[in-house]
Amino acid sequence: MAPPLLVTREEGLSNASTVASASSPQSLDCFSQNGGVSLKERNYLGLSDCSSVDSSAAPGMSDEKKDNLNLKATELRLGLPGSQSPERGPDIFSLSSTKLDEKPLFPLLPLPTKDGICSSTQKTVVSGNKRGFADAMDGFSEGKFTGTAAINVMLSPRPAGLQPTAKKEIPSKVLQGQTGAVSGTGGAVSGSSPASKAQVVGWPPIRSFRKNSLATTSKNNDEVDGKPSPAVLFVKVSMDGAPYLRKVDLRNYTTYQELSSALEKMFSCFILGQCGSHGAPGREMMSESKLKDLLHGSEYVLTYEDKDGDWMLVGDVPWEMFIDTCKRLKIMKGSDAIGLAPRAVEKSRSRS
Amino acid sequence: MNYFPDEVIEHIFEYVGSHRDRNALSLVCRSWYRIERCTREKVFIGNCYSITPERLIQRFPSLKSLTLKGKPHFADFSLVPHGWGGFVYPWIEALAKGKVGLEELRLKRMVVSDESLELLSRAFPNFKSLVLVSCEEFTTDGLAAIAANCKRLRELDLQENEVDDHKGQWLSCFPDSCTSLVSLNFACLKGEINTGVLERLVARSPNLKSLRLNRSVPLDALQRIVARAPQLVDLGVGSLVHDPAMETFAKLMTTMNKCKSITSLSGFLEVTPRCLTAMYPILPKLTSLNLSYAAGIPGSDLIKLIRHCKKLQRLWIMDSIGDKGLGVVANTCKELQELRVFPSDNIGQHAAVTEKGLVAISMGCPKLHSLLYFCHQMTNAALITVAKNCPNFIRFRLAILDATKPDPDTNQPLDEGFGAIVQSCRRLRRLSLSGQLTDKVFLYIGMYAEQLEMLSIAFAGESDKGMLYVLNGCKKLRKLEIRDCPFGNTALLTDVGKYETMRSLWMSSCEVTVGACKVLAMKMPRLNVEIFNENEPADCEPDDVQKVEKMYLYRTLAGKRKDAPEYVWTL
Repeated sequence: MAPPLLVTREEGLSNASTVASASSPQSLDCFSQNGGVSLKERNYLGLSDCSSVDSSAAPGMSDEKKDNLNLKATELRLGLPGSQSPERGPDIFSLSSTKLDEKPLFPLLPLPTKDGICSSTQKTVVSGNKRGFADAMDGFSEGKFTGTAAINVMLSPRPAGLQPTAKKEIPSKVLQGQTGAVSGTGGAVSGSSPASKAQVVGWPPIRSFRKNSLATTSKNNDEVDGKPSPAVLFVKVSMDGAPYLRKVDLRNYTTYQELSSALEKMFSCFILGQCGSHGAPGREMMSESKLKDLLHGSEYVLTYEDKDGDWMLVGDVPWEMFIDTCKRLKIMKGSDAIGLAPRAVEKSRSRS
Repeated sequence: MNYFPDEVIEHIFEYVGSHRDRNALSLVCRSWYRIERCTREKVFIGNCYSITPERLIQRFPSLKSLTLKGKPHFADFSLVPHGWGGFVYPWIEALAKGKVGLEELRLKRMVVSDESLELLSRAFPNFKSLVLVSCEEFTTDGLAAIAANCKRLRELDLQENEVDDHKGQWLSCFPDSCTSLVSLNFACLKGEINTGVLERLVARSPNLKSLRLNRSVPLDALQRIVARAPQLVDLGVGSLVHDPAMETFAKLMTTMNKCKSITSLSGFLEVTPRCLTAMYPILPKLTSLNLSYAAGIPGSDLIKLIRHCKKLQRLWIMDSIGDKGLGVVANTCKELQELRVFPSDNIGQHAAVTEKGLVAISMGCPKLHSLLYFCHQMTNAALITVAKNCPNFIRFRLAILDATKPDPDTNQPLDEGFGAIVQSCRRLRRLSLSGQLTDKVFLYIGMYAEQLEMLSIAFAGESDKGMLYVLNGCKKLRKLEIRDCPFGNTALLTDVGKYETMRSLWMSSCEVTVGACKVLAMKMPRLNVEIFNENEPADCEPDDVQKVEKMYLYRTLAGKRKDAPEYVWTL
C-alpha cells in the first residue's frame, strides 16, 4: 500500500495557522505501511506517475528520490508567458533537484497526514489533487485554454483564505459563462467585499443555462430600475443647509414612520447646528418649542425623487411602491415645499 | 415458460413498463426476447452513440417513444467543447426512413437543428410529444414547424435549452384546429411572444394541464391567460413584476384564487418580491415549487411564502433563503421529498446556507430522498447527523462552493461525513462529492454504496487507490465522472472489463496519459475511447506519455462514430 502523498512547501505554510500539534493522530492505517514517518516531501504525482502500465507494486519509499526529481516535471503546470513552467513532454527527467528550491507556482499545503497533522485555514489546495482547486482558482492558464484575451481578475481575500496573491491572468475561457454571474453581483452590496471571484471552469457545477439566465435577470433589473432589486437599497438623503449628504438603506424599514424617525435621528445634529451658535449670523436662538416643531417636521418636509425625475411628497403611496420608485430623498424646508404639500404651504403662510 | 401462447405473454408484458424490467425480460429466453422486442413501445437510450438508429429500429418495430441522451453530463458545466456531437438528425432521418410510428421524442443534451425539427414535424403523422432538455442549435423557426405540422401535438416541453429567437411568430403557427395541447413549456425562450395569440391558444386547449411561460409574458397577460385555464395543474410564471395599475394585481389574485388544481408552480424569471403575494392563494395546495430562478427575492419574503406551503414535496430554491429559512422549511414542509438549493451570487455571505440548514432539513423532513445542495461549508458532524436522520436518500449531491474546503470545525477532510451517508443510505443511486476528500472516502463508497449508479468526483482523492476502490466496490456503477483528481493509468487500466458494465467514464484534468488510453482502447474494442485534443494542431499525434486533458469513454455497439469533430481522437 502506498503511503499517503503529501507535498509540503515553505511558502504554503507561511500563512497557515497550523493545528499540527493540537490535533490527535488520525489513524489512516489502511493507507500507510510506515506509520511512524513524519512529513516528507513527496510528490503524489510522482507516485501515481505510471507512464508505463506498471500496475504491480505501488512505488515505495525507495522511489522517493526519483519522485522528488519528478516533482516539478510531472506537476501539471499551466504555462503563462514568462512563468517558470517546465516543458511538458517526454523529457520529464531532465529537471535537476535544484529546481525544487524555486518558489513553486502554486504552493501546495499538507493534507491530514498519517500522523493526523493537518494545516488549516489557508485554503483549498488538497495535495492529493493534481491541480488543486486553489491552483485552478489562481488561474494559471493551461496551454489548453486557447482563449486569446486574458482577463485580469483580482482574487478576493475570502474567509477560506486564498493565498494573498497579486492579479493573475485568467484566459477568457475560464470565466466563460461566469462573467455574467460575476457582473451581476456588483450591485447588491455597496462598498463591501469585492463581488468578483476567480472562478474555475465548471465550478460550482451549475448549468450554463441557469447562470446565463440569472445574469440576464440581474442585468434587466439594473436596466429597469436603475438599480438592482436585491437585499439592500441605499439612497442618498440630502437636507437643505446640511454640509453633506447621508445614505439610508430603505430595506431596513417597513413603514414611513420608521423611516421618518431614522431620518430625524440622522439629521438632528444639523437642525441643532442651525440653532446653535456657529450658525449663520442673524438666526434667532431656538426655543424648545421651535426645536420640537422642527423635529416633528412641521418646518421640514420629506420629499423624494422618483424614477421620472419628479419631486414627490413622501407618504402618498404604499410603502412597497415607494421604495420601488424612490431614487433619492430630500429634506426640504417647508417654505421651499410650497409646490408639494398644502399643509406645508399653510404652515409657512401662518408663520410669515 | 412456453406453456402460454404468445398472446398471453404479450398481454402480461403490457403491464411491464419500466425499461429496465423490459430489458430483464428480454434476457430470459429467445421467445421472450422475441415477444418483448415486438411489443416494446418505449425505448430509453442513455448514450446516443452506444447503438445505431438502424439497429434500434430493426429490433423494436413497434417503437413509439424514444428517449435519447447525447453529451456527457459535464457538458452542462462547459467542460465539453463546442461541436462534440450528439446530433439528433441522423436519428430522425433513420426513424423516418424506417417508417416508425413515432409519437414521442425526448432528448437531453443533444444538438437539435431546425432541419431535424422540420423533418420530425413532417415525417410522423401521429407525433404527440416533444421534450427537449438542455439541447441547442434550434431556433423558433424549428418550433414553428412543429407547431404548424404536428396536427396531434399534445406536448411541447422545452427545458433549459439554448434557443435562438428569430422573432418569428411561432406561436401563431399553431393552427386554429389545434386543440389537443396538454402541456406547453416555453420558459427558456428569450424573445417576445404575442400574448394575444397565446391567450387564444390557451382558450382553445381545454386539456391544457401544464403551461410554463417565458419572461416576456407580463403580469396582465398572465392574469388573462390563467383566467382562461382554471384547469391548470402546473403553472410557470414568466414575469411577475410590479405593475403600476393596482387593479391588475388584484385581478391576478382573484384569478389565482379560482385555480383550484394548480399543484406545481415555477418560473418567476423576473419578479418583484411584493408581487409574490399574488401567488398566496395557491400555495397551500402546492406539491412542487421552483423558485430557483427568482433572483433578488430577500430571504424574509421566501420564508413568509414557504410558511404557506405545507404540502410541498419538491422545492427548488435559492440560498438566499438562508439556514434560518431552511429551518422554516423543515418545520413546514413535512412531506418534502426533493430539495435543491442553488447559489445566488449577489447576496452577501450572511444569507447563504451552511451545514446548519441541511441538518435542520434532515430533522424535519424524514421523507427526503433527493438532494442538490450548494453551500459554503459542510462538516462531518452535520453529514453524520443527516445520514442518521434521512436513511432514504436516493440522490445526494453536495456542492461546496469552495471545492476543496475541509470541515471548518475540525479541519478534517469530509471522508467520514460522506462515509456515513453511504453507509446509512443503502438505496443511494447517485452521489456527488465535494470538499476536501482523501482516498478514504472512496474506500467507504466502494464498501457501502452497493446501489450506486452515478458518481461525480471533483478535486478529490490522493492516489489511484481512490478510483480503484470505487471501480472494484460499486457493482452497479453506470456513470463515473471525474475531474481534477490524481487518478492515473494504474487506476484506469487495472480492471478494463469494468467499463463494459458501465455506460460511460469521464476523466478530465487527471493523471491519465495518452499511452494508457491507447492500451485501453486496444484491449476493449467495444469501447469508444475519446480524447479531446483542444490545443495541439489536428495532425499532431500526441505523445504516449502526454497527459490527457479530457477523456470520455463509453461502451458501444456502433463502433467509432463518424461525426466526431477534429479535436476528438477516438483511439
